[in-house]
Amino acid sequence: MTRLQVAVTGLGVVAPGGVGVKEFWELLTAGRTATRAITRFDASGYRSRIAAECDFDPAQHHLSPQQVRRMDRCAQFAVVAANEALADSGVLGESPPERVGVSIGSAVGATISLEREYVVLSDGGARWEVDPRYAIPHLYHHLVPSSVAAEVAWLAGAEGPVALVSTGCTAGLDAVGHGARLVADGEVDVMVAGASEAPISPITVACFDAIKATSPNNDDPEHASRPFDALRNGFVLGEGAAVLVLESMTHARRRGARIYATVDGYANRCNAYHMTGLRPDGVEMAEAIRLAMAEAGMPAEEVDYVNAHGSGTKQNDRHETAAFKRSLGEHAYRTPVSSIKSMVGHSLGAIGSLEVAASVLAIHHDVVPPTANLHNPDPECDLDYVPLVARERRVDAVLSVGSGFGGFQTAMVLRGPAGSGR
Amino acid sequence: MTSVATAVPATARRTGDARNAAVVTGMSAVTAIGVGLEEYWRNLLAGACGIRPITRFDTTGYPLRVAGEIPDFDSARVPSRLVVQTDRWTHFGLLAGELALAHAGVDPAELPEYELSVHTASGSGGNEFGQRELQALWAEGPSRVGVYQSIAWFYAATTGQLSIRHGMKGWSGVLVAEQAGGLDVVAQARRSLAQGSAVVLTGATEAALNPAAFTSQIAGGMLSPVGEYLPFDEAAGGYLPGEGGAMFVVEPAERAVARAARPYGVVAGHAATFDPAPGRGRPPGLRRAVETALADAGVAPSDVDVVFADAHGHPSADAAEARVLTEVFGPRGVPVTTTKAATGRLVAGSAALDVVTALLAMRDGVIPPMVNVRRPAFEIDLVLGRPRPAALRTALVLARGYPGFNAALVLRAAAQN
Repeated sequence: MTRLQVAVTGLGVVAPGGVGVKEFWELLTAGRTATRAITRFDASGYRSRIAAECDFDPAQHHLSPQQVRRMDRCAQFAVVAANEALADSGVLGESPPERVGVSIGSAVGATISLEREYVVLSDGGARWEVDPRYAIPHLYHHLVPSSVAAEVAWLAGAEGPVALVSTGCTAGLDAVGHGARLVADGEVDVMVAGASEAPISPITVACFDAIKATSPNNDDPEHASRPFDALRNGFVLGEGAAVLVLESMTHARRRGARIYATVDGYANRCNAYHMTGLRPDGVEMAEAIRLAMAEAGMPAEEVDYVNAHGSGTKQNDRHETAAFKRSLGEHAYRTPVSSIKSMVGHSLGAIGSLEVAASVLAIHHDVVPPTANLHNPDPECDLDYVPLVARERRVDAVLSVGSGFGGFQTAMVLRGPAGSGR
Repeated sequence: MTSVATAVPATARRTGDARNAAVVTGMSAVTAIGVGLEEYWRNLLAGACGIRPITRFDTTGYPLRVAGEIPDFDSARVPSRLVVQTDRWTHFGLLAGELALAHAGVDPAELPEYELSVHTASGSGGNEFGQRELQALWAEGPSRVGVYQSIAWFYAATTGQLSIRHGMKGWSGVLVAEQAGGLDVVAQARRSLAQGSAVVLTGATEAALNPAAFTSQIAGGMLSPVGEYLPFDEAAGGYLPGEGGAMFVVEPAERAVARAARPYGVVAGHAATFDPAPGRGRPPGLRRAVETALADAGVAPSDVDVVFADAHGHPSADAAEARVLTEVFGPRGVPVTTTKAATGRLVAGSAALDVVTALLAMRDGVIPPMVNVRRPAFEIDLVLGRPRPAALRTALVLARGYPGFNAALVLRAAAQN
C-alpha cells in the first residue's frame, strides 16, 4: 500500500453558529448547539422544521455581486471557506498553478438554486413542460455541480486536477482523502480540499421527512440533535463548508509552512447492503477503519480521539459503536468518541470536511470536542462519548469516520505534525 | 518522523510492470444508436445518427426540439424494484454495468467482495426523478414527496446501486467534472487496482432530457439553435445533448491473463487539468492534458493512431481543440473522429462511451466516421463519410467539461499472447 503522509497547512470554515475557524472552534469547545427553527423558508407543513443554519452574508465575505448571482449558496460557502484556508496557509503563489489541484465534496450541489428556478420555470409546479423563456443564464452552472469545484479552482488559481467528489454523506471525507491521495501520488504539490453543502430547501427537507430520517423535535430545536442519547429520534439537517490546504511534506517544509497535522491514512468501503440501511454489526466500517489505520502504520492503542459520524439515528449510532469495537478492540472503551453533529447538525456532503477540520483543531489545541445533548446514554452505546463538556487531553492521533446513503463507509487517520518537537 | 512522502512522478510508478497494467476486459454501451455493445458499434460504423425529435415530453414552445434520445428504452431490462427507486440515468447505469460484467465474464459473487470497486462519473444526477418530486412538492405539498427521492436524485445513486446489486464492497466513488469526469474515473479505476482491487466497474451515464434539465442546457447557450451538431464544420453552431453512456470493467493484466479473459486494451495514461480563471492571460489546459497523458503512458505523439476528440461543436471551442491537435500532432497529423455527432453529447457518458469506442476501433482495426460533417473548417484529418480501416495500437480520448475541466486518456492495444 502506498504511504500516505500529507500535510494540512490551512483551514477555513463556514459553519452554523459562525463563519470562520475561530467561531467554529469556540462553538464546539463550548458545547453550544447551533440548531434552530428553520428560517430559510416557511417550513410549516413539514414534519421536521428545524436545522443548523449558517448566518451568512456573502457581501461581508468579499463576494462580488456577479459572484453572488452566479454561485449557488453551496458554491458561496465553498469559496469563502477556501479563501480563509488559503490565507491561513500562505500557499498562494508558492507553487506553479499546474501543481495545484482542487477536490471539493458535495452530496446535492446547487439544490437551492435548482429548486428556486424550477419553481419559476414550472410556474409553481403547475406544469410538467416548463417554460424555457423564464430560464436564467446561470441555470446550467447550477445543473452541473462541477461548477462548485470550478469556483474554488478559480479562486485558488488552480490548473491541476480539479473535481467534485460526490459520494453522498461521506463526500466530505472522501474529498479530503482524494486530495491527499493525489498529493501522495505526486500529481500535485498542493490540493485545496474540502466540502460544501447548502441543502436547507423544501425539496431536501421533504425528502428526509418522507423517510423519517430527520428529528421532529420542533419544539426544542436546540436539543434535537442527540447522537448516542437514548432519546434521539433522527438527525438535524445542517449546512456549511470546510476547506483544507493539503501539501506534500516536502513542499510544506521547503516553504516553512506551519503544519497543523498530517493525513496519514484513508480508506473507503461499501456495505453493498442497502441505500439507506445499515447492518448493526458495522463490519464494513470496521474494515475501512482497519485499512486506514494500516496505511497510517498506527496500532489501535495510539488513537487519542475518535471523531464519530454520530448522526443521531438509532441505526447509525449502534452500527458505528459496533464498528469501533470491532476495529479498535478494547481500546474502543478507553478512547473518547464524540459527534460534532450534536452541535452543527448533519450537513450531508460537507460534514465530513467539517469533522476533519474539527479533528485537526483537536490535535492543534489538545482538546476533544464534546457530544452535546447526551444526557441519557443508550445502553447499547456504551463507549465514552464525551458528554456535554469538552475535554482537555493530549491529542496526537485522530480517527474520523463517516457513513452515508449508498452504503459508503469512510475512515481517515490524522496525526499531529511529525517531528515538530511536541 | 517515520518517512518522507516521496515525490516520484506518477509516470515512473505506473509504467514499469506490464503485469500490473490496467486492462479493459468487458464493455457496454447504451445510446440513441444502440443499446448493447455490438448493436451500437454496428450502427456507428454504418453512419447512423440518433438525433431525432424528443418524444419524452411535449416540446411545443421550446426553441429546440431534437436530441439524442434513446427511443423505447426497455426499463424491463432493469430489475423492476430498482426501476421505481431510481432515475433514468441510473437505469442506464444499471443495465450498462450488468452488460459490462457479463461481457467481461466476471461474476462478482465468485470474487472477494472487498476487491470489487465501482467508480462512476455523474454529470447532473437524477433529473427526471427529481423534477417529478419537485412537481409533487410544489403542486400538492411536501407530504407528497416520495420515499425514494433521497436516494434517486443525488449524484452517488448509480455507484451505490451498482455496489449493492453486484455485492461490490471495495473502494468506490463518484467524481463530477462534467464531461471530463468520464475519463477521470478511469484514473480512479487504475488507482483502485493499485490499492488492491481485483475488478473495477467504471464509466458514466447521463439522462438530462426531461423538461427542466433540457431547459437548463438550452439556457447554457451552448446548444445549436438550429438543431444540427456539426463539430469542426464551417457551419458549427453548438452541440446537441443526448442521453446514455457506457460502463466497462478494468482489472490487472495479470489477472486477465490468468483467467484467459480477452484484454481489449490497456489504460496507459491519464491527465486532468483545469483552465485558468477567465482574464488571467494564461493558456487553456487542454494541450497540457494531452502532453501529460502521453508522458504518463510513455508514448510520443507520433505513436498515437487516432484521436477521439472532445468535438464541442461551438466554433471557438472547436478552434481551440483543433489548434491543440495541430500543435501536438502537426497539421492533419493524426486521424480525428467523434461519436457525439451521432449520439448527442452525453456529458460524462460521452467520455466513457469514447473509451469503449476507441477499444472497439482497436479490436476491429477501423475508425468510425463522424456523421453529418461535410465542410471541415480546420487543418485536422477528420474521418468523414465512411469507416476508415487502420491498424490501431494507441488511441487518445479527450474530454472538456464545463466550466474549464480538461481530461485526456491514452489507451494502448494489449500485448498479444
